[in-house]
Amino acid sequence: MIEEIGTTELGELVVNLGPQHPSTHGVLHLVITLSGETIKKVEPHLGYIHRSIEKMCESLSYRQFIYVTSRMDYLSSHINNHGCALCVEKGMQIEVPPRAKVIRVLMDELTRLASHQLWWGAMAMDVGALTPFFHAFREREAINDIMEKTCGARLTMNYMCPGGVAFDLHPDFQREVKAFLAFFHGKLDEYDELVTDNVIFQGRMEGVGYLSREDAISYGCSGPTARASGVSCDIRKLSPYEVYDQVRFEEVTGTGGDCFARYKVRMGEMRQSISIIEQLIDNVPEGDFQAKTKAVLKLPKGEFYSKVETARGEFGVYIISEGATTPYRIKFRSPGFSNLSALDHMARGHKIGDLVAIMGTLDLVIPDIDR
Amino acid sequence: MNPQELKQQLEALLPSPTFEEGGEWTTLYTDPATWAETARRLRTTKVLDLDYLFCVTAVDWKTHFTMVYHLSSTTHRHTLVVKIRLDHEHPEVATVSDIWRTAEFHEREAYDLMGVVFTGHPDLRRLFMTDDWKGWPLRKDYEDPVNMIKL
Repeated sequence: MIEEIGTTELGELVVNLGPQHPSTHGVLHLVITLSGETIKKVEPHLGYIHRSIEKMCESLSYRQFIYVTSRMDYLSSHINNHGCALCVEKGMQIEVPPRAKVIRVLMDELTRLASHQLWWGAMAMDVGALTPFFHAFREREAINDIMEKTCGARLTMNYMCPGGVAFDLHPDFQREVKAFLAFFHGKLDEYDELVTDNVIFQGRMEGVGYLSREDAISYGCSGPTARASGVSCDIRKLSPYEVYDQVRFEEVTGTGGDCFARYKVRMGEMRQSISIIEQLIDNVPEGDFQAKTKAVLKLPKGEFYSKVETARGEFGVYIISEGATTPYRIKFRSPGFSNLSALDHMARGHKIGDLVAIMGTLDLVIPDIDR
Repeated sequence: MNPQELKQQLEALLPSPTFEEGGEWTTLYTDPATWAETARRLRTTKVLDLDYLFCVTAVDWKTHFTMVYHLSSTTHRHTLVVKIRLDHEHPEVATVSDIWRTAEFHEREAYDLMGVVFTGHPDLRRLFMTDDWKGWPLRKDYEDPVNMIKL
């Protein structure tokens, strides 16, 4: 890749950003063509963390392959596991007990909160504010501790499994979640005072990286990235799974389509997640946390597709089964992959410093893109 | 639009379409020769308005390949799956990256991992693997004694 550094015939400068660069949040490599400081073209080079998870899954059983998906989008591993479990349950026609459904939604929303917290801290750091990062990590730590007690893990949870969840909730779970919410409520207002209302921050965000509604759809964007452009695309609303049709929450959308709109959508989503958790935390039904399933799962011949809303957008699992104990072909539709494809379109004409802000609001997780 | 109405619309729009039964969504079969024209009609016809391409998958069936396109409409909220059967020796199909921009990346992925060639693609190169990589990793007959761990 080094030979790509240089100048083009038009006197434009070609530079590499990444694969080791703090603002790319992982091993993303961008080759940027610049005219002065203005971006003419951004070309992502992927594959630095490609593990061929789809190929790997072809030799893993329907119980095992779910654990590999925690390693894709590591910030929402619960939701990845959830999508895979839903797809296997769809194929096997397993009915999940009500308790497991509620536990799953609680875990999903806590994950979304933790993921958005990390995004918020990293986003502010990208545009030059270091303090928010420490605030975000302080609050995220509380969620990690709650997760650790129930799931035994802090990052790759491996908690959801076909038929329900792997273990029951820790006895302290409800008390600790309520204590966290009481503590976190005021923190969100603090986040707004510290960053959202900051004039310098707004100046870096407003009007930068505009993505129109048509382009967002055409580029296959989903999640907060598309919703900030006015596309209603929340899977939790469009095709509700588990108990999302029984809780009250709003789909947060924006119209601006710029970095600030994407920022505000995520901030709004945090409040909605808190509301969902508050509605469910005292209403976890008694009963089994896992349906009785066979030790070896065999999906019938056919094709199954399930989708869930992760912190970054629509995560799809497409299983093609030939009736064996392992999938014949499996495809993961990762939200970051499609969102990244719009980066070139968004960044053209902006300054190189704005590119970092645009990438920040896309909330890219590279293992999710490379798979 | 419910699956029945969607089928009727497609029958009116396309010359003798073939459907696959039993799936969750309406599944349309088409062939590589007519795909470019079919895709354009699916996108531009107002009653269908399939503007959101959310998943592109290439499947190796050992005797042939199948390209699977998952499409949905953000206005009418219906979903259509399009399948194309490709020859195993020379898997080749027209690109749809000019109709759905997201296809540019998805098709590069399918080329990189399955070796499906998309004619008319603006930038058909390896996406994940290095440029000098030999072979197509997701194919069923792919062997790599160094990097692949058999379980």
